[in-house]
Amino acid sequence: MRYLPLTPDDRAAMLATIGAASIDDLFADVPAEARLDGPIAGLPLHAGELTVERHMGALARRSRAAGDGPFFLGAGAYRHHVPASVDHLIQRGEFLTAYTPYQPEIAQGTLQMLFEFQTQVARLLGTDVANASMYDGSTACWEAIVMARRVTRRGKALLSTGLHPHYRSVARTMAKYTGDILVDGDPALEADTDWAALAAAVDEETSCVVVQYPDILGRIDDMRALAAACQAAGALLVAVVTEPVALGLIQSPGEMGADIVVGEGQSLGVGLQFGGPYVGLFACKAKYVRQMPGRLCGETVDAHGKRGFVLTLSTREQHIRREKATSNICTNSGLCALAFSIHMTLLGEAGLRRLAAINHGRAKAAATELAKVPGVSVLNRGYFNEFTLLLSREARPVVHELVERGILGGVSLGRLYPDSPVLANGLVVAVTETTTEADVATFAAALQEVLA
Amino acid sequence: MALNQSGWRPEMNAGGADDTTTFTDNRALMLEEPLIFEIGSAQTTGVDFDEDAPAADLGALARSAPIGLPGLSEGEAVRHYTRLSRQNYAIDLGLFPLGSCTMKHNPRLNEKVARMPGFADVHPLQPQETVQGAYAVIHELAEWLVTLTGMHAVAMSPKAGAHGELCGVLCIKAALEARGEDRRILLVPESAHGTNPATAAFAGFTVEDIPATAEGRVDLAALTARLGPDIAGVMITNPNTCGLFERDMKAISDAVHAAGGYVYCDGANFNAIVGRVRPGDLGVDAMHINLHKTFSTPHGGGGPGSGPVVLSAALAPFAPLPFVTRDADGFRLIEEENAGEHHPDSFGRMTAFHGQMGMFTRALAYILSHGADGLKQVAEDAVLNANYLLRSLEDVLDAPFAASGPCMHEALFTDDGLAEGFSTLDVAKGLIDEGYHPMTVFFPLVVHGAMLIEPTETESKAVLDQFIGALRSVVLRAKNGDPALKSAPHFAPRARLDETLAARKPVLSWSGD
Repeated sequence: MRYLPLTPDDRAAMLATIGAASIDDLFADVPAEARLDGPIAGLPLHAGELTVERHMGALARRSRAAGDGPFFLGAGAYRHHVPASVDHLIQRGEFLTAYTPYQPEIAQGTLQMLFEFQTQVARLLGTDVANASMYDGSTACWEAIVMARRVTRRGKALLSTGLHPHYRSVARTMAKYTGDILVDGDPALEADTDWAALAAAVDEETSCVVVQYPDILGRIDDMRALAAACQAAGALLVAVVTEPVALGLIQSPGEMGADIVVGEGQSLGVGLQFGGPYVGLFACKAKYVRQMPGRLCGETVDAHGKRGFVLTLSTREQHIRREKATSNICTNSGLCALAFSIHMTLLGEAGLRRLAAINHGRAKAAATELAKVPGVSVLNRGYFNEFTLLLSREARPVVHELVERGILGGVSLGRLYPDSPVLANGLVVAVTETTTEADVATFAAALQEVLA
Repeated sequence: MALNQSGWRPEMNAGGADDTTTFTDNRALMLEEPLIFEIGSAQTTGVDFDEDAPAADLGALARSAPIGLPGLSEGEAVRHYTRLSRQNYAIDLGLFPLGSCTMKHNPRLNEKVARMPGFADVHPLQPQETVQGAYAVIHELAEWLVTLTGMHAVAMSPKAGAHGELCGVLCIKAALEARGEDRRILLVPESAHGTNPATAAFAGFTVEDIPATAEGRVDLAALTARLGPDIAGVMITNPNTCGLFERDMKAISDAVHAAGGYVYCDGANFNAIVGRVRPGDLGVDAMHINLHKTFSTPHGGGGPGSGPVVLSAALAPFAPLPFVTRDADGFRLIEEENAGEHHPDSFGRMTAFHGQMGMFTRALAYILSHGADGLKQVAEDAVLNANYLLRSLEDVLDAPFAASGPCMHEALFTDDGLAEGFSTLDVAKGLIDEGYHPMTVFFPLVVHGAMLIEPTETESKAVLDQFIGALRSVVLRAKNGDPALKSAPHFAPRARLDETLAARKPVLSWSGD
């Protein structure tokens, strides 16, 4: 077995040192009836690299890759070009095969990277501080609701109807068992967000208002008035960003007054990966830092006065506080945070702004082209790189008919909201720098054919 | 940042560098590296676009103020991160014997496989007819996990071990609710990982400690005495964090079940028994499996992980959405929309999308490479290596449970017997100078100054023999009160770091510009 270095002679010598007659002696504490004599029956035996690679390759070919043709899916996961150096660097063994930096003297690489990541995330989201990552956007969103409960000592969260339905579903699931009260609903097919209604609904029992920006239908809006309403009522404004590239072009939630900003960082560096692993972003105002979940990296000095970095404020965390911790999270998304940070460093401010502008420009051009198709109109007034089309018939079957024509043509609202017939004709379309004019033309022609 | 070009620094000797100081603070291959905020600029970029940025009309929403994101050219970025990487210890460099962390070799085939476009470049919401291969991976891995553990079903979506714990605990809550019972207490041993009580609390349970026996195992009599109509269940780690197999596991499960509770098993230490013992045969109702431990998906400096949860027939109906099922037409997803028909008792959804696909592909490649025979050998060699360390070190280090029988995958020692003023921390820092990552220190909490050593099966006898020599040397220094050990490490990129300062005056982001 190519991964196991012990030889039969080694094993015999080691058993002799231990004073055991056989390996079975070392499993003597396992009750006899639970001990298996041989390999578990019915399972294949070991295989060489070539065999495994062939098997996995055959499985991989049974899925259609996004790069195989015109592709327009978003709704919480976006296809961007990731520079080749990102994947090279995250495969440096010193990053890839390190553990959580519990021994800071020999983990400065990971720790400094996390400090840089935290700074990049805080600046991008417009907040004071960010943590070292969460699992993904959806779990970060729930953690924000829990944190708002801790800060305000109130238990009612108002969720915007524009929040990603999976994020809402995660919150609903957890709230069932924690006693938190959620006020939520499906979005309306309107050009504007529901934020004005939310501002009116905030009251003295509200712990937080959760809005997504851009939202699930791609809409963007100014959240200053909502932030003011939250502040007046003593509630926190939680903003969720599932497409961080947008913040190269539009104002950050923090700049507009959000107290906690969480996000899905997958767009930068990580890739689609069929939904995971992704990287949850978690940022907030400095005054709430001791209520944050997850790991934080901080600057300090070593015994010789040299700058260095350590994990800090650990008294919030499970390994110190156990049942009184702010969260149960331990392992987070370190390597995806590294990928995010490298991609962000390669772009820099100039590159990020340009990438965002190109995304928006291409989305505008695509929306214009697609709106020319008979039976298609664009719902949104404002958007970044994603918008909602209203079709003349149910969008879900349309998506499948587009697949037959070689096009992955967006996410139907029927897939996201199967119980809501009024949303059935909606199709959420994302356009990035990877989308070509030819892709859009092919999509428009096929859509015309399918809707005719 | 303005660089000093004078060739002289005030703290240097008149004649320049002495034998311990350099002008740059570099030491040959040990290179200092500034922050990106000190070397990059807002104008620099390492990404070219073949088109200009079109004008946007976003009104008041347009972002105008500087964001403060420095860029680097590609070469500068490669150098920055390469230099940073060299300040890390890693399993690729040497033994990484962190107890309960299972730092084994990460096969590179798995990295290659995970990057195949049919896995890496697939959107989670693509129409189901276009992602049959991805579903097939999830399904095939799920079948392996169920068979290896002798359980009924598996929930694949949890994102890491603690998320898996949450999944299992929510299954227990849902099952109790379905029975119309309000049981609020979970019993957790003191030796448990901190995530166990934190998870229980996060899900709204109250936690009570279970006492241990003098030999380091759960006290069955005390546990049984505490069972009753208010007890939802137990969370037990097996093998436990003292490195011992819970001999009474089946009796514990039977007693808990008889009292109407459920048994959660923390599977962080599954590597010790994979392919050799099935938790299902021990009466376990739910157990998370850290794919980033037992099945070798890389730790990546703190994640991502993946924590599928195997479930008994009693808890399987409550498993979270979504999951993959197979019928005559192929694989398909059971999610909110069709759950009412196929899986009506699910407790709900834990995360967007389907879980850690990138970890599934790696874990499946690992499992297929080993097969049932190789996995059994994994457990045997992991246990053999740990016992070899235990018996080779117990004459110099206090091994509190050495008489409790063989250890499993990890060996536990304490700092008892070190010179006055010397602790586990000094031994750990001394090991750094010897070129090793230290063992897990000060955990579990049930002994004083714990040192928990898990070598894993991918270490050779030669590596273990050298480590034994190095650790004996460091321990002897600690017993003799060697003052140099108190200031170790001396040869690492940094000396001991001031963690108190970091916590008292938190600096969590760069503000120097």
